[in-house]
Amino acid sequence: MVTVNGEQAADAAGKTILDYLTEHGYPGRYVAVECNGEIVPKATFEERVIQDGDTIEVVRFVGGG
Amino acid sequence: MKDTFTLGGHEFTSRFILGSGKYNLSLIKAAIEDAGAEIITLALRRANTKKEENILDYIPEGVTLLPNTSGARTAEEAVRIAHLAREMGCGDFVKIEIMRDSKYLLPDNYETIRATEILAKEGYVVMPYMYPDLNVARSLAAAGAACIMPLAAPIGSNKGLATKEFIQILIDEIELPIIVDAGIGRPSQACEAMEMGAAAIMANTAIATAGDIPAMAGAFKKAIEAGRTAYLTGMGRVLQRGSEASDPLTGFLGD
Repeated sequence: MVTVNGEQAADAAGKTILDYLTEHGYPGRYVAVECNGEIVPKATFEERVIQDGDTIEVVRFVGGG
Repeated sequence: MKDTFTLGGHEFTSRFILGSGKYNLSLIKAAIEDAGAEIITLALRRANTKKEENILDYIPEGVTLLPNTSGARTAEEAVRIAHLAREMGCGDFVKIEIMRDSKYLLPDNYETIRATEILAKEGYVVMPYMYPDLNVARSLAAAGAACIMPLAAPIGSNKGLATKEFIQILIDEIELPIIVDAGIGRPSQACEAMEMGAAAIMANTAIATAGDIPAMAGAFKKAIEAGRTAYLTGMGRVLQRGSEASDPLTGFLGD
C-alpha cells in the first residue's frame, strides 16, 4: 500500500508522480513532493514511478507568518 | 543616499516584512501594495487534492518569498521543510521557526542555531526567529545567519515590545540586521522598534486582525518609515529635570 499525506492511496502504485498528481487534482506547478523522506525533483515527476510501500508527502505554500 | 539593507547579498528598500497568514487571499495583493512590502512570509503545509486557490497567484511579481519552517520541532524537521520549500522553486530564503512549546509558541533557540548552521552551509539565506538572547544571537551570526529575528512578545499576541531591553542589546552588539518579529501589535510599536535601530519589522497578526487589513498595512508602512527616519536623524535630547522654552525669552508685551 502507498501512503499519500498520511492516507492510504490504493490507486497510486505503478503510476508516475505526475500522473498521480494530475489525476487527483494537485496543481503540479505549486507543489513539492517527498517520497520516503527524499525530495523528488520536479523535473523527474514524469519518470518517477510510485512503488508499493512508498510514503509520499505532497506540500504547497499557504498563508503564514 | 538610498537607505537600504541587505540580506544574503540581496538589497531591500522596504523595511516591512509582511506575513500572509490568517487573512483572505483576495486581500494579499492590496496588503502587499499598501505595506510597500518587498518580502512576504509563507508557510508550507500538506496539499489538499481538491482544486484550491493558490497563494502564489495572489503575490505580485518581484516580491521575495520567505517560507517559514513552522511546524518544525527540531532542527532536522526545519531542514526538511526548508528543502521542500526550495523545491517549490521560489528562491533560497528561509525563516527558521522551531517551537517545541505549543502553549506560548516560544522558539527553541538551541535547535534554531543547529538548523541555521546546516542551512547556511547549504547556501540558504537564513533568517532565524529567536528569543532575544545575546549569546544565542552571536552563535546564530557565527552559524551564518543573514539577520537575527528576535520576538517582541509571544506570536499573535499584539502585545508590543515586551522584550525591548534585550532587543536593544542585540541592536547594539550584533552587526547583522535585527528584524523584530512577532508580537508587534500597533504601528506605534513598530515605529518605536525602528527608532531603537531595528533594521526591519515583521508583522502578520497585527494586520490580519485589524478592521481594514490593507489600511493597517499602510499605517505600519508609515510608522516604520517614520521610526527609521527618526533613528537616522538622531533623537532630540531629553532633559533630566526642569524645562526649556521653545519660544524666545525676550520681547514679551509687558516688558
